[in-house]
Amino acid sequence: MTGPTANPAAPDAEIVLETKGLVKEFRGFVAVNGVDLQIRKGHIHALIGPNGAGKTTCFNLLTKFLEPTRGRIRFKGEDITRSSPQQIARQGLVRSFQISAVFPHLSVLENVRIPLQRRLGTSFHFWKSCRSLDRLNDKAMEILALVGLDGFARMVAVELPYGRKRALEIATTLALEPELMLLDEPTQGMGHEDVDRVMQLIKAVSAGRTVLMVEHNMKVVSGICDAITVLARGAVLAQGDYASVSRNPAVIEAYMGTEAAQAAGGH
Amino acid sequence: MNPQRFPLGYLALLALLLIAPALVYPVLIMKVLCFAVFACAFNLLLGYTGLLSFGHAAFLGGAAYLTAHALKVWALPTLAGLALGTLGAAALGWVMGSLAIRRQGIYFAMSTLALAQLVFFLLLKSEFTGGEDGLQGVPRGSVLGFDLSSDTHLYYLVLAVAAGAFWLIHRTIHSPFGQILKAIRENEARAVSLGYDVDRYKLLAFVLSAAVSGLAGALKTLVFSFATLSDAHWHTSGEVVLMTLLGGVGTVFGPVAGAAVIVTLQNELADKVGSLVTVIMGFIFAACVLAFRRGLVGEAIALFRRMIGEKVQ
Repeated sequence: MTGPTANPAAPDAEIVLETKGLVKEFRGFVAVNGVDLQIRKGHIHALIGPNGAGKTTCFNLLTKFLEPTRGRIRFKGEDITRSSPQQIARQGLVRSFQISAVFPHLSVLENVRIPLQRRLGTSFHFWKSCRSLDRLNDKAMEILALVGLDGFARMVAVELPYGRKRALEIATTLALEPELMLLDEPTQGMGHEDVDRVMQLIKAVSAGRTVLMVEHNMKVVSGICDAITVLARGAVLAQGDYASVSRNPAVIEAYMGTEAAQAAGGH
Repeated sequence: MNPQRFPLGYLALLALLLIAPALVYPVLIMKVLCFAVFACAFNLLLGYTGLLSFGHAAFLGGAAYLTAHALKVWALPTLAGLALGTLGAAALGWVMGSLAIRRQGIYFAMSTLALAQLVFFLLLKSEFTGGEDGLQGVPRGSVLGFDLSSDTHLYYLVLAVAAGAFWLIHRTIHSPFGQILKAIRENEARAVSLGYDVDRYKLLAFVLSAAVSGLAGALKTLVFSFATLSDAHWHTSGEVVLMTLLGGVGTVFGPVAGAAVIVTLQNELADKVGSLVTVIMGFIFAACVLAFRRGLVGEAIALFRRMIGEKVQ
């Protein structure tokens, strides 16, 4: 937070998240190798690449669940390379998980209240009744309505169908009003209707915030993403919008192949 | 579980306990109450935070000795002795918790076991504990002019304190803090990603649990007028796991039921089958884990829900 940040209103202000030369080595194996990412404010940015390209590792580095070996991460101009995951969550960078991350044996309403509770400042108050949390219910219902779950509020989360669990997870993330949401494969393992619903949902909730997601489904990537970064073998292979990335010969060769051609042809 | 669902049940139980000394030997009920408080405190960790502590005997035993010493040697008033035991256990819980919480799962359990063995060794070797003899002949003293050497007087003190401890645990479970504990139990990584410092929540839960376990140990000293090494032995740490599982882990009332069954059985069987009682406990444990994992209270709740047509997974 010295030197370069002296003038934060510079052209960089549009970049909400930036990495420089990010490297992660696991006992000699280089999973992420010198990645430079720039996520623009307001964009839905997709991180794609073949299996083992380092997407999830990269994701865990950005959310501080892993410590980078080298390189720097800046969020809103501030260096967060050494911050803890709970610190950056409080700064507005909130992630979801590859495996559905709800609190399974709490009700849908309680799931959304958990992130809201922190702002009450009573989360260590073991002598208070949990009825004191009821004043969060309106806000929680509002968020649930946003993702179409208001009819399920009393249900225990584990009983929700898979697609709805992902929606609940997004609702929980939204409750923190994050500036930057990181979604790890939000449509993984879903049927067609669920994919469409979650895709529309991401589009809807991206208003006023930035989304970075790891995604395999080209329909989602081409449908709602403003920018794409292609990773291969831990390094950035290409960056740009869908049209330019999908025409990039290196990308076609390394990863997208016929699938990209088909998706592009279908539009 | 809905906290408002069973208040009548609690009141009925309290009424029953108020008249119980007329029907049953009060010392037995007091022993059940002590272990019920102990098991409830343990359940706050296992059932509501997802932490398996295998060293809770250190808090029960440590507080038992502290209270015994305070009453016998320092001649403190009874309530001050109880408070001292509780605070001592809380302090011990803070130390043990701070060390053990850095590890997870089985490593957490092993850390608590190792630290509790350390405490056991200290109690065995220290002079103020009386070594293998323990501290005997601890005076019960009096409270508000009631002479506690009468079992009936002591019974109502123990009942009041145990009810208070149960209320505290119940309230903690159904508090904003309890909600965060449940979130940590359900999905720790997710709780972290929502901005919670989970270690601080776990530590507070650990200290609360240790303090209430200590209160149980302090009460036990009053009831039997002695503190022994068996309170701090790892058998006791295992017994509280059994009580909680048998009654129903993660249910508010389960540990009370589990403690009642185990203590009564031990009491009844001790004269008849001698050391075979350990084997019988082993069978109960196996049956519980294999056949009814929700425990007595857990199964009863599930049955009740099926009867009113709710879905049970």
